[in-house]
Amino acid sequence: MTALSALIQRDIRIALRIGGGALIGVLFFLSVVVLMPFAVGPDLKLLARLGPAILWLGALLASLLTLDRLFMADHDDGSLDLIVMSRNSLELACAAKALAHWIAAGLPLIVATPVLGLLLNLDVPSTAAVALTLLAGTPALTFTGMIGAALAVTLHRGGLLLAVLVLPLSIPVLIFGVAASEAAISGPQSFGAPFAILCALSLVSFVVGPVAAAASLRQGLD
Amino acid sequence: MRLSGRGVSCVRGGREVFASLDFEASSGEALAVIGRNGSGKTSLLRLIAGLLAPAAGSIALDGGEAELTLPEQAHYLGHRDALKPALSVLENLGFWRDFLGGEVFDAGESLASVGLGHTAHLPAAYLSAGQRRRLSLARLLAVRRPIWLLDEPTAALDAAGQSLFTGLMRAHLARGGLIIAATHGPLGIDAPELRIGGAT
Repeated sequence: MTALSALIQRDIRIALRIGGGALIGVLFFLSVVVLMPFAVGPDLKLLARLGPAILWLGALLASLLTLDRLFMADHDDGSLDLIVMSRNSLELACAAKALAHWIAAGLPLIVATPVLGLLLNLDVPSTAAVALTLLAGTPALTFTGMIGAALAVTLHRGGLLLAVLVLPLSIPVLIFGVAASEAAISGPQSFGAPFAILCALSLVSFVVGPVAAAASLRQGLD
Repeated sequence: MRLSGRGVSCVRGGREVFASLDFEASSGEALAVIGRNGSGKTSLLRLIAGLLAPAAGSIALDGGEAELTLPEQAHYLGHRDALKPALSVLENLGFWRDFLGGEVFDAGESLASVGLGHTAHLPAAYLSAGQRRRLSLARLLAVRRPIWLLDEPTAALDAAGQSLFTGLMRAHLARGGLIIAATHGPLGIDAPELRIGGAT
């Protein structure tokens, strides 16, 4: 456990230092959401109706933006070789890295949501509902995105390939995330069903993500 | 403890780098891998470290700790030094010490013994090439592993650094360690040579 907590601490520390990239995601999230009211126009009702979808899209794109650094940096400086050779299981090391990435890059998105909700004419309960769905759903984005990040290292292609690989995997999360938020805001369907599926998606990704990422990294050693 | 390879072949990118290579080394012995550029020295070390799979042949470790694999008992010191520029020297070393685990020693003392004690709180981004190499050597001291796989270990080291490193290798061999080093220059210790890829 010391080994894994050391890895989590290191990754969070790097992300929070200058040039670390934790803030890039939040800034991107902020700019996407701030631009939306200008694009849609001053129709407050329309904004409130689109609000949850806009917040979810912004969070999805922001988490993609920082994901390609997840393994690439460690691969480029040789750390990944030592992580693979170590006495810790590679699956757990992958899970620790994803957890650190979520804490440094995913959690700030949720913290920023109440502020952005104001810009989209969402009232307090609606914003809280969206923040709650983001809290349940963004771990799934990180843990499925990790598979793409590992493949990007294996195939020596970063950036766009990651987006192409990961976006289809994140569609279910997006569907149920937005469905749960809208159910909480306007009804008439119940909030519970889509929210439970969202939580289930996150739980499945906790298991599948690290195993798939570790398999991909092992395959791609060179 | 005895590390041996039988008929090891390596294929990289569809091209055969070397074939049917035999080698062995026991506790307290060093092996110097010598060959021209591109002859496969680094590939051989990565094969032993389990970071590449051999195209043919096998690499085996007799003795050592039974429940651990060969890579888990080895240190690999490659070209890339696994340092994070944003973290301080001590944080970098402390992380590897905690993450690699096993029998570990004080990070500060390890830094002092490679002559980096005064830079402990400096971000690693400001280190020179030689200092980065010394920091990698400190990893060998902070975490004990019986097998050292060293790729051009003396590159970028100054004369004092090279003699320091020779001392570290001697101490490691005296403790019953095993060293396999790819090198162009003299290692400074008695080591049988393993030539790969024809004449140098």
